[in-house]
Amino acid sequence: MIWSKEETLSRAEMEKLQLERLQETVKRVYEKVPYYRAKMDEKGVKPEDIQTLQDLKKLPFTTKQDMRDTYPFGLFAVPRDEIVRIHASSGTTGKPTVVGYTRGDLDTWTDCVSRIACMGGATSKDVSQICFGYGMFTGALGLHYGLENIGSAIVPSSTGNSEKQLMYMKDFNTTLLVATPSYALRLAEVAREIGIDPKTDLNVKTALVGSELLTDAMREEMHLAWGRDVNITSNYGMSELMGPGVSGECLEHCGMHINEDYFLPEIIDSVTGEVLPAGEKGELVITCIKKEGLPLIRYRTKDVTRLFYEPCACGRTTCRMENLSGRSDDMLKIRGVNVFPGQIEEVVLSVEELGPHYEIIVERECYTDKLTVRVELNKETDSFAELQRIEKVTRNKLKIVLGLDAKIRLESPNTLQRFEGKAKRIKDLRNVENTKGEGK
Amino acid sequence: MTKQISVFIENRKGRLGEILDVLKEAGVNILSLSLSDTAEYGLLRIIADKPKDGKDALSQAGFSSMLTDVFIINVSHTPGSLQNILRVISDEELNVEYMYGLSFGGDEASIVVKTSDIQKAEEVFARHAIKTLGEEALKA
Repeated sequence: MIWSKEETLSRAEMEKLQLERLQETVKRVYEKVPYYRAKMDEKGVKPEDIQTLQDLKKLPFTTKQDMRDTYPFGLFAVPRDEIVRIHASSGTTGKPTVVGYTRGDLDTWTDCVSRIACMGGATSKDVSQICFGYGMFTGALGLHYGLENIGSAIVPSSTGNSEKQLMYMKDFNTTLLVATPSYALRLAEVAREIGIDPKTDLNVKTALVGSELLTDAMREEMHLAWGRDVNITSNYGMSELMGPGVSGECLEHCGMHINEDYFLPEIIDSVTGEVLPAGEKGELVITCIKKEGLPLIRYRTKDVTRLFYEPCACGRTTCRMENLSGRSDDMLKIRGVNVFPGQIEEVVLSVEELGPHYEIIVERECYTDKLTVRVELNKETDSFAELQRIEKVTRNKLKIVLGLDAKIRLESPNTLQRFEGKAKRIKDLRNVENTKGEGK
Repeated sequence: MTKQISVFIENRKGRLGEILDVLKEAGVNILSLSLSDTAEYGLLRIIADKPKDGKDALSQAGFSSMLTDVFIINVSHTPGSLQNILRVISDEELNVEYMYGLSFGGDEASIVVKTSDIQKAEEVFARHAIKTLGEEALKA
């Protein structure tokens, strides 16, 4: 089911709507947000300069740093008493980023999430269990209101206490699961431990997963755990822009449809800042063209993807973004090739004889980048031939995925560092070596 | 036929020492060992008095280790005696995957041999009256 008529507009109709909304937004932030006015003045651009959608590139970017510099409310475009909700990012590095919503923004948000829920197969008949942490994080409340809006019954179970989650799931006949891919897998694991087979004893038919990358390997793991017939779709968003609801995958599984009547997307070269043509891979930049509280202009998401404008078999005409391959700040450039840790992870997960942990080391030897992937052996063997076979299989797979030759270093189990929070799996020693070479 | 402990070992300072520490703690005596390596890693193969205890202790300590079936064959100190054994192995179309020496300090030396097709090798050695040592012989 397609939720809103805006999802099926012709390209010309969509662009007309986007331009109107963009012009209105730019005018408003110029008048209401001193920080934006200063940035635009510095670039020598006035609201009147935005005559076509192509003029978007004249506007300055907004970054997470801008949000920190104006912490907490400096980028808000409405008086404080029009704000009815405040959320904040976890702020793993430095101050959290604070976002505010007017009543109108909450309606927009709900509409956006209702759309992506329908894309993923949700209906008014679903019992939806929201296993996202409620709180300052936008994920849980975003999905909560969006799903409630389409008439689904909400079970706001939040995270943790997996056994109780499973009890609700069984007793309330939960049909739709909202979770991160890793928590969905964890739930299945706990279920099996307590004698519940998620495939036969539970009735989950739809999984809307988000807030983590959903790699093909993860999706496959989820199907193995939850069943072949479960519709698993990923959706995308970030609190700065609104929360979940920026884009979502439909059942055709051919990228995520962007709610582009609200979020105007561009792809840029993350180094030069130049706008790239449709179909090219680069950093996603979003301009919020229908937000009242916090209308960000050309916000650099740091997420890397590409855009497609061909209408989808599902009937929607909105622009699609490819499922994410990684974040531009995690991206490594090795011998001129863009490499994302996620790609390497996918290969490591696919080799049965290896454990799931890995470390990526990039060095420079004789002016050439050298990529080494440390992995843990997950199989006992007494044979060099077998060890060499494992190395070779892994190297070949990496070569296919990355287009690069990597050295595989096999290690004993439990040798690589384990991380509780965000994992640091990359050691880029290229600059270290440079300074060493130059001497002091 | 006897059990050998095989351990995966990275070429890193102190790694061999760690393995030997684990075996010492477990009270396992090493009778012979062989270490083969590539540039990055090696396989340490150990004949011990209590192979299962040794393997369990190493797995517990996080090493990738397993028990492998090998043959310990007595070889007399006369020229050509090793060759006689190898000829039987090759005439019977078995392969030697690796071998290394083992000495009990007496008149006879022994070799540790890992062959292809263990069942067949066992039958071949019996048929040719080639004596192999069982685990009991290794107990102190």
